[in-house]
Amino acid sequence: MTQSNERKLTIARSMAEALAQEMRRDEKVFVMGEDLAALGGVYGNTRGLADEFGTDRIRDTPISETAFIGAAVGAAMDGMRPVVELMFVDFFGVCFDAIYNLMAKNIYFSGGSVKVPMVLMTSTGGGYSDAGQHSQCVYGTFAHLPGMKVVAPSNAYDAKGLMTAAIRDDSPVVYMYHKGLQGMGWLGTEEGAIVHTPEEDYTVPIGKAAIARKGTDVTIVSLGIGVHHALRAAETLAEGGVEAEVVDLRSLVPLDRDTIRESVAKTGRLIVVDEDYSSYGVAAEVIATVVENEITNLKAPPKRVAYPDVPIPFARVMEQFCLPNAQKIVAAYKELQTA
Amino acid sequence: MKNTTLPQLYQEMRRVRTFEERVGELFVRGQSAGSMLHLSIGEESAAVGVCARMRDGDTFTTHHRGHGIFLARGADPDRMMAEIAGKDTGYCHGKGGSMHIADMGLGHLGANAIVGGGIPAVVGAGLSARHQKSGAVSVAFFGDGATGQGILYESMNMAALWKLPVMFVCINNQYGMGTRIDQATANPDLHERAAAFGLAARTVDGLEVEDVVEAATDLMEQARGGTPAFLAIDCYRFYGHARKDKSPYREELEEEEGRKKDPVLQAREKLLTTGLMDTAELDALDDEIAREMDAAIDFAIAGEEPQMQSMFRDVYAPTEPEPEPVRTRLDRILAQG
Repeated sequence: MTQSNERKLTIARSMAEALAQEMRRDEKVFVMGEDLAALGGVYGNTRGLADEFGTDRIRDTPISETAFIGAAVGAAMDGMRPVVELMFVDFFGVCFDAIYNLMAKNIYFSGGSVKVPMVLMTSTGGGYSDAGQHSQCVYGTFAHLPGMKVVAPSNAYDAKGLMTAAIRDDSPVVYMYHKGLQGMGWLGTEEGAIVHTPEEDYTVPIGKAAIARKGTDVTIVSLGIGVHHALRAAETLAEGGVEAEVVDLRSLVPLDRDTIRESVAKTGRLIVVDEDYSSYGVAAEVIATVVENEITNLKAPPKRVAYPDVPIPFARVMEQFCLPNAQKIVAAYKELQTA
Repeated sequence: MKNTTLPQLYQEMRRVRTFEERVGELFVRGQSAGSMLHLSIGEESAAVGVCARMRDGDTFTTHHRGHGIFLARGADPDRMMAEIAGKDTGYCHGKGGSMHIADMGLGHLGANAIVGGGIPAVVGAGLSARHQKSGAVSVAFFGDGATGQGILYESMNMAALWKLPVMFVCINNQYGMGTRIDQATANPDLHERAAAFGLAARTVDGLEVEDVVEAATDLMEQARGGTPAFLAIDCYRFYGHARKDKSPYREELEEEEGRKKDPVLQAREKLLTTGLMDTAELDALDDEIAREMDAAIDFAIAGEEPQMQSMFRDVYAPTEPEPEPVRTRLDRILAQG
């Protein structure tokens, strides 16, 4: 039901709106990356901004990820608030030194005397047969390493609020948006991501999960596009009288462990849905968060619905087989029942 | 800008030399926190000659062999030595150490232990300087080893493309760890690479500090005006790669020859022959510097070790609440006493 006062945006538009509002508010904010000005970003998140702010503040760069991410670190330490885009997170291989040895460590190395207020926004996820160097999530890779906050919105409201919070944060924030949620037609459209988004600026706190659906029988924890798979699975389960609670992590670092534990304490069952590789990842961390703390309230061993440990295959049938979806989550719940 | 008379340049170079000698001593006495201490003895003219042309508000990054540069930019030797000793009284409270000292008060965007790793930060600091209209230049100091890293070329291209107030200073001490430059570099005329990117580029012999100052004056003026610059300074690394390295990869005869290229002694000789200073004055100055650096050693040794609880601070910016895993770990450690 759409109310007349609703203002529905795609994630791409809400990201662009957050960037524009923060750039108007603070002269020190600027955006830098590949194909952001003339093209408006491959995923639409800087569309139209160069018209308002010019190409000094919406700056196209050479294909030199180490240099422009490293440059953002220097600018941030020197008082600016840069937002840089790594077009596909898969490209981290060429620039991880700037990300992890420079961006993430300088506050600590300095003993807290410097700030590194910057945002590294990057696209994640597959499902459109772009093969193994353009389709990964690698959430765990980033969340594993201390010194960077990591957020991953699932809808336009959170996308805007998290972007605003990230820009205002004095620490580096990795902002991982899922291509399948951007609302770009060529990637398919996830209606659930297009939600009411207030026009005024606001923040969504980094480090706080959201309950996307209340339930009592099983906790499904996910992030990004996985939240929508989980919500669809919850609808199916509800037809059989099972009420699933869906936790949308929103942030990976800091991880809102309290919300996860409280939900599982209530439901006694846990499924984690993660489009990143299954082993050593977010799903394992969420499960460890629960079982390290308290094991007696679990009615069944936890389950992960995650990407198999294979490089992402190109062929459509193979990739689709690998991706998490609602059917797999429902199947995982049935396995919990028989466990 | 500092005064750049030869007596002053000599004094600064002697301070760097003596500081580095004391760092070596700190290690021998078992008081340095780490054994990977990279001394810049033999390279003093590079640090002092370039820094002589830097102004308040200018920013810079250094490589792992950066003690002399930070000192020449006005660092407090006490706090530097304490950081090298891993003490709470050091610049970074013991979290950075010799290879990661940073201090925004003096424009130090950070030493970096990844070869070439600190170079791109000056591109951003140059952008920032232009945006904030500060008039500052940002200078990347690195060794000849970094000319093997792609990031140098990405950074030079971006600096030239965007006409940034940025200067790249390559301290060519002839060795990347144990590999001589002629074993690693097809064209040893390093400034030619920079010129190919459109930078104002020169190579200067580091023996005479005044030559370095002259080259730096010219290039930094261009950089400040928006033509990024590159300066290679030829010198010789007197000792091993790190304090422990006895240089088994090179002949003693080569080292003897190399050490004849001594910018500190060269300046001292020139002061004597030109009559600007006499032996008694120079000895008195050297003694005064020795006392300053001895005091730095004493300060470092006397400093408190960092408190264990502080280990979990500063993972994120200090005003931010710490993430939960850190608190959890902290509670555990505190509970253990």
